[in-house]
Amino acid sequence: MSNISLQSITKTFRDITALSNVSFDVKDGEFFVLLGPTGAGKTTTLRIIAGLETQDDGTVSFDDEDVSGLPPADRDVAFIFQQYSLYPTMSVYDNLAFPLRSPLRKMPAPEIKQRVETAAEMLRISHLLERKTAKLSGGEMQRVAIGRAIVRTPRVYLMDEPLSNLDAKLREALRIELQHLQKTQRSTTLFVTHDQIEALTMADRIGILREGQIVQIGTPEDIYDRPASTFVAELVGTPRINLVEARREDGAISIKGSQVRMSIPNSGTLPPSFLVGVRPEDVQPSNKGEYSGQIVLTEPLGVETIVHIRSGDRRFLSLIPGMTNLKLGDEVKFNIALDRLHFFDGKNGNRIT
Amino acid sequence: MATIELKQVAKKFGDFYAVEPMDMTINDGEFVVLLGPSGCGKTTTLRMISGLETVTSGNILLGGRDVTWRNPSDRDIAFVFQLFALYPHMTARQNIAFPLQAEGASKQVINQRVAEVVELLEIENLLDQRPGGLSGGDRQRVALARALVRRPAAFLMDEPLGALDADFRETMRGEIKRLHIAQHATTVYVTHDQIEAMAMGDKIVVMSNAVIQQIGSPAEVYYDPSNLFVARFIGSPGMNLLTGHYANHKVSFSGLAQYEAPPEWNDALQGALGNEGDVIIGFRPESAHISPEGVLPGEVYAVDIHGSYSVLHVKLASNIEDFDIVHIRADRRITYPIGTQVKFDLDPAMVRFFNPSSEAAI
Repeated sequence: MSNISLQSITKTFRDITALSNVSFDVKDGEFFVLLGPTGAGKTTTLRIIAGLETQDDGTVSFDDEDVSGLPPADRDVAFIFQQYSLYPTMSVYDNLAFPLRSPLRKMPAPEIKQRVETAAEMLRISHLLERKTAKLSGGEMQRVAIGRAIVRTPRVYLMDEPLSNLDAKLREALRIELQHLQKTQRSTTLFVTHDQIEALTMADRIGILREGQIVQIGTPEDIYDRPASTFVAELVGTPRINLVEARREDGAISIKGSQVRMSIPNSGTLPPSFLVGVRPEDVQPSNKGEYSGQIVLTEPLGVETIVHIRSGDRRFLSLIPGMTNLKLGDEVKFNIALDRLHFFDGKNGNRIT
Repeated sequence: MATIELKQVAKKFGDFYAVEPMDMTINDGEFVVLLGPSGCGKTTTLRMISGLETVTSGNILLGGRDVTWRNPSDRDIAFVFQLFALYPHMTARQNIAFPLQAEGASKQVINQRVAEVVELLEIENLLDQRPGGLSGGDRQRVALARALVRRPAAFLMDEPLGALDADFRETMRGEIKRLHIAQHATTVYVTHDQIEAMAMGDKIVVMSNAVIQQIGSPAEVYYDPSNLFVARFIGSPGMNLLTGHYANHKVSFSGLAQYEAPPEWNDALQGALGNEGDVIIGFRPESAHISPEGVLPGEVYAVDIHGSYSVLHVKLASNIEDFDIVHIRADRRITYPIGTQVKFDLDPAMVRFFNPSSEAAI
C-alpha cells in the first residue's frame, strides 16, 4: 500500500471555486475520512486523486511520486462508488475475477481463482460466488463491489459514500465489516461521507471540508473533544452540541438569557462575550444540580434519552442513559460539566483555547 | 379530535396482502407511529385511514363514526406528505390560509387561525416569502402550518422528515412533538426510522410483512420486544441474539458458558420449552459489560467510536452461525485494538429469551 499526499490543490469550475488550497496526507495503512456537507468538495477531491478530474494547481503524490500527470489507469487506485456498478448477467465469481482477467495483466487462472476466493472469504460472500449479481440484496451487491476492488490489490482505495444507499441496519453491518477489513489488511483508504457517525466510527483520522477548504484534521477524539470551530462542533455529535451566547463576569461566565452562571478558574483569558458549547452528555439532571430549569420535551431512544431543559429563554439538550421518569413540565435541577466546556469566538466561530 | 379504530382492516393487491387483517386503536390525542421497513404495509395502512386507498375488508371508525366508504374530504383529517406540496406561486401566508379559504371561512377567522399557527411554529418572518426562496426546513414548517390551520380531527403524516438532512430532522422531530404536546391532536405518523419512532411516539406499531409485530410504548418495544424481528429492528445496533440451550434450570451459550436461569424466567422457560430445549438469548449492547472476570470470551472484531462512548463488536470464541458478532457498549476512554481478547458478562435482569422456531418472546 501507499501513502497519499495532497499539496495545495485548487480547482475551479468556471467561476466557482470547488477546492481552495487543500493539503493533507493519508498515511500508509490509514483509514482517512473526508467529512463535510453536500457541496463541500469531497467528491471533487476524490476524483482529482483518481485522475478523473484535473486540478488547476497543486500536486497529488503517492509515496512521494508525483502522479498529477498520470492518467487514471496508471494510478492503480480502486474507486468504490455509491452506485455499485456490477455486471448483472455475470456471476459473483466472474464479477470479482473481471478486473484480473484484463489482457494487460496476463494473470494465470489459478492465481485469479485464489485471489477471488480469498476476497470472497474476507467479505463473507463465499456462498454467493455462483449467483448472478442481479439476484443479490443491496448489501450483498456492495460487498461484491468492494470485493472487486480488493482482488486487484491496488495502491489505495478511494470510497465515495459507498454505504449511503443502504438501509440503516445494512449500513451498520457493512460499516463493521469494512472497518475490520481495513484494519486487518492495513489498506490505505480515503473514504468520503457527509455522515458524521460514519466518520467518527470508522476513521483513524478525519479531515473536515467546508466550502472547498480543510478546516480541521484530527482523530475522531480530537474532532469531538476539541472542535476547531462552531462549524465542526455542530457537524459532529448527535444530538447536536448546545451552543449559547455567554458573557464574562468577574471570575465566572454567564449564559445569556438564562440564570446559568458558571465559575471558571481561567475565565480571565476569555473575551467579554463569546459562544459556549456544551455537549448534551455534559448536561445532567441531578437532585443536587446547581442550575434549575423545566423539562419541555423528552425523546426516549432506548439506550438513552434526550431531555430538553428550558432555563430562562435558553433550551439545553441533555443526554441521559436509559429511560427516564422525568416528565414534561417537571422542574429539574441540572449540572454542567465545567471541565468539558468549549469556547468559541462570537464573530468568526473559531475555538478559543 | 377523535379516536381512530381499525377493525379487521385488510388490503389486497391481487392475491397479495399488502396489509393482512389488523386491529388497531389510536386514542384521542395520542401520537402513534407506524414503524417498519419499506414494503411492510405501513403507508398502505395510513392511506386507508385517510381514504386515499380503499380497504379490501374491515371497517375504519373515526370518532365512533364509520368512515370506511367516505371520501377523503369527508373524513376531516389532514395529510402531511414527505414532499412539500406547497403552491410555488403563493407566499407562505397564502399557502397557509388556502385550506380555510377553500372552506369559505370568513376573513376574520382566517386571520386569527393563521396568526395562531404562525406563532406556534415561530414563522412570522417567513410569511411574505414564496416557497422557492425557503430552506427545506422552513418549507416543512409552512407545510405543517397549512395542515394545522384546519384543526382537523386527526393528522396523518407519511415520513414528513424523510427528505431533510440529519441535522434538520433532529430539530423538526422535536418541533412536531412540541406541536403535538401543545395541541394534543390525534396523530398517526409513518416512518422507517426507529430512532424517530422511539423519540416521538406515545405508542409504536411495529410492522413487517403486512402484519403488526408489536404495539407498545417506546420502553416496551425496546426492553420487551415481542419477537426476533422487533428485537433486531429497534435499537442501533439492535439486540444481540445468541443461540443457547436450556436444561436443568440452566441456560448455556453454545459451549461458551452456563448461566443459572433467573428465577423469574424459569417458569416461562419451562412453560415454553419443557425441561430442555434450544433458546435464543437476547440482550442490548448496554446490558453487557467487559470485565476480566467475565464468563463469555471473545475477540474484538471492530470498534466504533461515538462521541461519548464506543461500541465494541466482539466475535465470539465459538463460531455461532449468523449470530457470531456481539455489540457491546463501552467506555470510549479505554482503547481496544482489533484482535484483543476480551471477556464479558451479562446483566441477568436485562436478558430476554426467544423461541427459536416461532421467533416469539418467551
